[in-house]
Amino acid sequence: MNCRSEVLEVTVEARQVEEAMLALLHTILLHRSTGKFHYKKEGTYSIGTVGTLDIDCDFIDFTFVRVSSEELDRVIRKAVSEFKDALNNSGSDGMGQISLEFYQKKKSRWPFSDECIPWEVWSIKVNVVNLANEQERQICREKVGEKLGEKVINVVEVINRHEYLPKMPTQSEVDNVFDTSLKDVQPYLYKITYQITDSLGTSVSTTMRRLIKDTLAL
Amino acid sequence: MDSDLSPQDKKDLDKFIKFFALKTVQVIVQARLGEKICTRSSSSPTGSDWFNLAIKDIPEVTHEAKKALAGQLPGIGRSMCVEISLKTSEGDSMELETWCLEMNEKCDKDIKVSYTVYNRLSVLLKSLLAITRVTPAYKLSRKQGHDYVILYRIYFGEVQLSGLGEGFQTVRVGVVGTPVGTVTLSCAYRTNLAFMSNRQFERSAPIMGIIVDHFVDPPCSSQRPANMGQPCNYRAPDEEDGGPFAGVQDSQEVCTTSFSTSPPSQVGHTHLLSYQPPALAGAADLCHPAANPNQVRHQSVYFTFRQIVETHQYRQYHWLILNVSVLLYFIPLSSGDDDGLSQSGEGRRDEGRRSVSPSDPVESLNAFTRKVGAFVNKPSTQVTASLDLPFAAFAPRGLDSEENDPMVQPPDSPPCPSPLQASLHSQGSEGSGQQDDFVMVDFRPAFSKDDLLPMDLGTFYREFQNPPQLASLSLHISSQSMADDLDSLPEKLAVYEKNIDEFDAFVDMLQ
Repeated sequence: MNCRSEVLEVTVEARQVEEAMLALLHTILLHRSTGKFHYKKEGTYSIGTVGTLDIDCDFIDFTFVRVSSEELDRVIRKAVSEFKDALNNSGSDGMGQISLEFYQKKKSRWPFSDECIPWEVWSIKVNVVNLANEQERQICREKVGEKLGEKVINVVEVINRHEYLPKMPTQSEVDNVFDTSLKDVQPYLYKITYQITDSLGTSVSTTMRRLIKDTLAL
Repeated sequence: MDSDLSPQDKKDLDKFIKFFALKTVQVIVQARLGEKICTRSSSSPTGSDWFNLAIKDIPEVTHEAKKALAGQLPGIGRSMCVEISLKTSEGDSMELETWCLEMNEKCDKDIKVSYTVYNRLSVLLKSLLAITRVTPAYKLSRKQGHDYVILYRIYFGEVQLSGLGEGFQTVRVGVVGTPVGTVTLSCAYRTNLAFMSNRQFERSAPIMGIIVDHFVDPPCSSQRPANMGQPCNYRAPDEEDGGPFAGVQDSQEVCTTSFSTSPPSQVGHTHLLSYQPPALAGAADLCHPAANPNQVRHQSVYFTFRQIVETHQYRQYHWLILNVSVLLYFIPLSSGDDDGLSQSGEGRRDEGRRSVSPSDPVESLNAFTRKVGAFVNKPSTQVTASLDLPFAAFAPRGLDSEENDPMVQPPDSPPCPSPLQASLHSQGSEGSGQQDDFVMVDFRPAFSKDDLLPMDLGTFYREFQNPPQLASLSLHISSQSMADDLDSLPEKLAVYEKNIDEFDAFVDMLQ
């Protein structure tokens, strides 16, 4: 099975990074979350209800819908906040990428650890710009709002192709497919990672690897 | 086509499509109400949330949707459409978008109805939630209020997009294949909003002979009703507490979703959906909280000054100020009308109140747009920028150019045995012809008792309302301090010149 990979690209001002990332990540997670499963006898299960919440952005003319779960929101905000801090600390040419990866766990026999097999990866490339005056900021506010709208349409288009989704698991395997740690909703197993690209266009991790290789070669 | 589908699957599929259509309408209309939507997640299934999504049902919207469907289902050649339009306070209207739920002939016979179709319809509803916040009409709907409102209209049959103007865009929300056809949900939205701004300025007086509603009725179409639709805060009249629309109309159609973890090849082993008759409490939960009559009408309520003037609330608002305030307010007469001035006591107050409420609210609005002190109406010649402040009397004397203005130099209050007998138009208190426009309201502080104490609240205020001018505000002291300031100016300038680099650096930092 090949992992489905989608890339979204946005250009934003520094103060818009957090809201833009939250908007896109929450839009994806809205579609990739279900209600909590309640397994019954005879191999049947019922599903809880997912609520939704409208969120207005402060620095972008945009409103997005997220799952009504404070726990999930906290996790996503923490990840986005780390990404934003890393972007800020990287220098003035802020370029980076945050990835939301949905995966399944495959049990392995001892002593091998469980394997994580991604089935869908969303990569959001961010390009941070600096603006000179308030007028440009106002224009940017509206334009970024429109761009985010286009990205939401892209996300919806991909998701509604109804391509591969993990099969609904039995009770014993539900933790291999879904994140059951939240008490109100149940997203597919996911992880969020990020990379910061420095001004030379290389990612920091690539630079570190090269440095270590060069040191060992000496 | 249908022969491959079991009767139970067919029945389930029809139900899914019907409730999907109803929920689609709810999502679209609720997204155009002008307010943020918030529903709660529930870890336990409630038995009443179709597609495992918390989407509340506004009874009127459900009623309209069912009326439009008239017992039919969206099918091939029969689309369900929700048209969103804007109507200005002048009566102009314009279609903004049309959401279409259609079905085409492309079938997916292998798909499992009660599992895959149901889940995909759920995903499609989530997509609809997201997309409804992205189209241009969303921002317009969030700003609706005094100038315009958003209307919706549901119709069934052929899709009509002609009202969207040229260059309309289409966005596809999603598709779900079923054994009887593919369900498609899309939105066509207007891009040319310039039409609206031009029409807004076409306010020339109508020429004799033109019917006023000439531009209101939409182009005639056999399937198009004459009315433009319901406001997105619509509430049917004579309805209380949800009335006939409470809960889900079809009592047998509360959904308890129960899925099987058996492999798909074992279809028929366990029937996957069971229906329970709704508990009455559960049915009530389906009602949108707008069963409360006031809440359905809620949009952003802009209490503009014009609205206050045009309704009797203006009088109440003004009287409230008089009764609870601890300061003396002057109530203007309506353009030189002296009817309110003559009698004493209660009658006087009533007269004053009546004189405050002008016959022409627009005139009073114009009168009150000139601010001179608080709630004061002065002839325009006496309006100056310096007096365009409430409580301008307490500003330093140097700013006041009108020494005779009663707001700056209030006249001495006349000696009177009791504040109750103070005249509204006492000659002793109004020492200047300029005060003819002012009416002294009979001062009755709230909760004060009359004449029972040596000094009651009213007497206290009347006695101390004219304190002597503070020495520091007197002219010669202010001019003295100004002279000192002028003397020290060269020294200050020298210091600033010395630190000019610092200031330049600060300005650069701000840019």
